[in-house]
Amino acid sequence: MNALFRRKSKGDLTFDIANYTLLTIGMLLILYPLYFVFIASFSDPNMIYSGEIWLLPKGLTLDGYERIFADATIWIGYGNSLLYAVVGTVISVTVTLLAAYPLARRDFIGRGLFMWFFMFTMFFGGGLIPTYLLIKDLNMINTIWALVIPGAGSVFNIIIVRTFFQSTIPDEMREAAFIDGCTNTRFFFSMVIQLSKPIIAVMVLYHVVGFWNGFFDAMIYLNEESKYPLQLVLRNILVQNQVNSSMMIDVESYAAKLRVTELIKYGVIIIASLPLLILYPFLQRYFVKGVMIGSIKG
Amino acid sequence: MKKSNNAAAAPSQGIIRPTAISRNRLWPKIRQNYELYLFILPAVLLYLVFKYYPMYGVQIAFKDFRASKGIWGSEWVGLEHFQRFFEAYNFWPIMENTLLLSVYSLVFSFPVPILVALMLNQMMAKRYKKFVQTVIYAPHFISTVVLIGMLNVFLSPNSGLVNHVIAFFGGDPILFMADEGWFRPLYVLSGIWQETGFATIIYLAALAGVNPELHEAAIMDGASKWKRVKHVDIPSILPTIIILMVLAVGNIMSIGFEKAYLMQSDLNYGTSNIIPTYVYELGIQKAQYSFSAAIGLFNSIINVVLLVTVNRLAKRLTETSLW
Repeated sequence: MNALFRRKSKGDLTFDIANYTLLTIGMLLILYPLYFVFIASFSDPNMIYSGEIWLLPKGLTLDGYERIFADATIWIGYGNSLLYAVVGTVISVTVTLLAAYPLARRDFIGRGLFMWFFMFTMFFGGGLIPTYLLIKDLNMINTIWALVIPGAGSVFNIIIVRTFFQSTIPDEMREAAFIDGCTNTRFFFSMVIQLSKPIIAVMVLYHVVGFWNGFFDAMIYLNEESKYPLQLVLRNILVQNQVNSSMMIDVESYAAKLRVTELIKYGVIIIASLPLLILYPFLQRYFVKGVMIGSIKG
Repeated sequence: MKKSNNAAAAPSQGIIRPTAISRNRLWPKIRQNYELYLFILPAVLLYLVFKYYPMYGVQIAFKDFRASKGIWGSEWVGLEHFQRFFEAYNFWPIMENTLLLSVYSLVFSFPVPILVALMLNQMMAKRYKKFVQTVIYAPHFISTVVLIGMLNVFLSPNSGLVNHVIAFFGGDPILFMADEGWFRPLYVLSGIWQETGFATIIYLAALAGVNPELHEAAIMDGASKWKRVKHVDIPSILPTIIILMVLAVGNIMSIGFEKAYLMQSDLNYGTSNIIPTYVYELGIQKAQYSFSAAIGLFNSIINVVLLVTVNRLAKRLTETSLW
């Protein structure tokens, strides 16, 4: 081992220095915008406007957060997003697990056929308009079902779960259980599910993040503001600059309004990202796991 | 048990056509595992209704769809909608916008995670490496709405951080979000900012699988770190790179709707109007169902052709392929 260390040549030293420096710069480029949003969200908006805030918050104020907390639409959005995420995740994860198990079984007749039936939709689809017309014909417009049913059980997830089942549930275990008179259903619920907690965690987190962050389906299928998920409420504030006027009743001049709007934007970003921030340690661990399983055979 | 019964039964029946044999063997197995078919049933139904039925519904691209007549009752018009799109004044601009946005995203975003993964892999300080990873994975979890919201606040001409920096160095503020010329760079750069970290995971996994003996042998031969990256690491992860490349090239025409739509405004419409946003605009907002379905179908067909071609090419050249 010592020989290895002594061999650290001048070239390797330069390499290491360049490597650490570049990665640190890159890391800071990613970190800084996130950090800035955080400090700006409770700084004096006048100082944000004049560009005085760099490293530390200045003119500490909770004004932005107070206005956000007083606004009902954001909290309704929060509640809706939570509801859609929970219902959607339960439905989709159930469908995914149930579909993936037979596909993982080598003795499942028709496995190849079913695989193709699912895979084909990865390459070709009817597209936005025929799907939209279908949802409309099914009277699912403006209901939660338009958001949680059509996308349930994606091919990609089914394949990941199938790969996991194939590599963790040995055939011998099933054969032994069947000799003892175990049925497929019992085996699935009392063995497969018990042994698959990591992949279930991956799936749940994939879905929760997807539902929490999604806005497209809500935008095309929902038309009542009281049903909007958080991301749609955010879009109005962050992208279309439409801050609810009730948040600004006491602000008089136009210039001041602009400033308060900026402050609200920073605060709203933080509040919307908070649940994922809290989940982040799990998210990181399980998303990485998901990518690994997916990469085995994707 | 059942298997041996079958085996015993088959010869006793003398000459049987192959189909009959397989059917004889299949049915007991299917019946024995009937629960598995019930398991897969919900997914099959969902796919039939929400994936396959819209494929049937895509025929409205060849019809003059009237809601009152339904998909089946509307009149056939052949390729009229396609022809109208190909001859439209904005056909080439839209194609150019879609392709350029995709190609730029691919060319500039694809190599970055590979580089970062190679660098991270050479980082020996475990805890610092872990910290860097934690930071660079984070933007992946930010929603598109928040990402574009952040672009808006950072690039705001009078209050944004970026324009403050420009002003500090004596420049004039730039109206980034309202400028056609900035749409593509911003789209690509924000994509790199958001996805680079997360995309390194797959390469890091491939790098972790590199045989350490190769590195040890190289060290014994006096190879520098740089040389080991070049001659050991990069060749080892080449198959991974090729597979991801094939996927990326195959998906070049299936660029996402969300981000472009959120960044779009009247002021940058000239470069931000791409096929998915145009389909949304015409179909959902203006209810021109048949015409927009035709544009969408045109796009899907290009996608399929691209994916199949690229995959075949990769198979021939490198013996790595997706299927």
